[in-house]
Amino acid sequence: MSVGADTAISVQNVVKAFGQGAAAVRALDDVSVDIRQGEFFTLLGPSGCGKTTLLRLIAGFEMPTEGVILLDGADITNLPPNKRPVNTVFQSYALFPHLTVAQNVAFGLQMLGRPTAQVKARTDEMLALVKLDAFADRKVSQLSGGQQQRVALARALAPAPKVLLLDEPLSALDLKLRQAMQIELKRLQLETGITFVFVTHDQEEALTMSDRIAVMSNGKIQQVGTAKEIYTRPKNRFVANFIGETNFLTGESQDGALKLASGESIAVPGLKAGGTATVIVRPEQLRLGAEQEGVLKAKVRTLVYFGTDTHCHLALSDGTEIVARLQSPASGDAGLAEGQAVGIRFAEGALQAVEE
Amino acid sequence: MSPAEENVVRTSARNGWLLSLPALVLLAVAAVGPLLIVAIYSFLTPGTHGNVVWDFSTEGWSQILWSKDIFTDSYVWADAHLTILWRSIKLSLMTTIITFVVGFPTAWFIATRPPKARALWLFLITIPFWTNILIRTYAINEMIRQEGLINVILLKIGVISEPLHIIYTDVAIFIGMTYVYLPLMVLPLFAAIDRFDMRMLEAGYDLYASRWQILRRIILPIVKPGIIAGSILVFVPSLGAYVTPRILGGGKQMMIGNLIDMQFGQGKNWPLGAALSLTLLVIVTVALLYYVKVANGEKKNG
Repeated sequence: MSVGADTAISVQNVVKAFGQGAAAVRALDDVSVDIRQGEFFTLLGPSGCGKTTLLRLIAGFEMPTEGVILLDGADITNLPPNKRPVNTVFQSYALFPHLTVAQNVAFGLQMLGRPTAQVKARTDEMLALVKLDAFADRKVSQLSGGQQQRVALARALAPAPKVLLLDEPLSALDLKLRQAMQIELKRLQLETGITFVFVTHDQEEALTMSDRIAVMSNGKIQQVGTAKEIYTRPKNRFVANFIGETNFLTGESQDGALKLASGESIAVPGLKAGGTATVIVRPEQLRLGAEQEGVLKAKVRTLVYFGTDTHCHLALSDGTEIVARLQSPASGDAGLAEGQAVGIRFAEGALQAVEE
Repeated sequence: MSPAEENVVRTSARNGWLLSLPALVLLAVAAVGPLLIVAIYSFLTPGTHGNVVWDFSTEGWSQILWSKDIFTDSYVWADAHLTILWRSIKLSLMTTIITFVVGFPTAWFIATRPPKARALWLFLITIPFWTNILIRTYAINEMIRQEGLINVILLKIGVISEPLHIIYTDVAIFIGMTYVYLPLMVLPLFAAIDRFDMRMLEAGYDLYASRWQILRRIILPIVKPGIIAGSILVFVPSLGAYVTPRILGGGKQMMIGNLIDMQFGQGKNWPLGAALSLTLLVIVTVALLYYVKVANGEKKNG
């Protein structure tokens, strides 16, 4: 049960099962993770992976079937939500329709029994923080989606929680607004210094905003790390596939090299000895050249021009399809033709062995 | 605006009036007309065999509060009328309050069931409407009378040694009205709670509100339109209730409705009956205006 001094939330061996007996579904299956003080931590995964369940357990809306949750080293597993110094920004905002913007923001402070003057001062401060001072006396129904989102943020931040939980708060906004709010969220997190736990299924959102990311699937945490770690050194096939685009190469591991079905062999550092192995390589790490110069032979299948770069779909000798993303030259013409035979080289460190 | 445009506007306005003419005629004949007759009758003199004599008089109105002592020819307070008025208001308020207290959890329960079960519960709530109110009231009578089901059972199991005297009391009327008007409270409350976004509960709970504070600060203000509608639907017919106090009050514990009925029947005093009817109308209108004002005022300030 010991945790480091800089750990805000410690989730230890948490299991959450819905339903009874044989029909029970394990939404969370032995999840352990430490979230550090003051970091922007993201739970990323496809829908149904258990990320929202984990958030709701931290908020106190659900109780774990097994395991404990610590906040600043203290066990909060069995505390109800109104006894936890943790606030939530809901996916649908869940603003109180009968109250004004200012009354919404003041609600938590009033429930905590803070003196009126303090409530007023803090509410004004929060409204200024989210740039809604001019809207204090409006009804929430008179606000746009982006403004409602900011009220929800101000409301959850007003009681100065130790941890702020955000449940896909940007999913209802259009692209432009979403990008603006991403920057806004990051600014708020830095200004307040509060630990943010952010749930999303949008990998781009996760990569751009987070200090660290936990990638989840099937009720388990697959990998925890910074955006760079997760993108460049994914632990397994799921993470590699879920984050960014990836080429998979499978073959036999022989003497530190991957032997493909075609008989060709490529050296992969850190490859486990013996048995079948999977290696990934990101499309932008492929270099194409003359057939005899490459470590792998391939044929160009199709070329798709995207402006900044060109996607080149290739077929290896054994039929495996892989994609190379080539930066488009000034002329726009990559100098390749469909059906052309090419040789593939890989950038230094681009080949990564992953678990299945 | 050009003359042509003005013409168009005038024509469309005239067409609007023409289209609503049937409704206006119906309103005039069915609502305003009878009301006017009642108002006129209240200022006439009672005839000997019921009916009215066309002599102007304010006796009908003054008799609501004062009655003439036949021996001394002086006016004294009409205690009986005041008692009946007070009983009507008191019982109607109590009925409104108790139907809310019972109806709110009921409506909440129904609104939080899965859709299929919800339809069944609503169906069960509306079943009493299918039966004539007279029969339902006699059924209540059968339950609470001296040798009724409740007394028989309680005596059998030894909870009481003497039968409870409920029938022909205010309590009996109160029980009957609560039973009859409960669905009128439950249905609008259900409609309001059904629209209530249950995520509000989590939001409130997350923001340090206790269960009681969530009820008082979030649920009740949001479902207030349903509470207002339900209260009006129960209070207004309660105040004018006739059948229930007649059967369960046994003709001794009268309410305004029975008093009015009496003036047009045995009492043979139509002007007083008409004046009482208008008094009832005024009480209801004032109560409603006040209620709506208070409810809306809170919305603005709260």
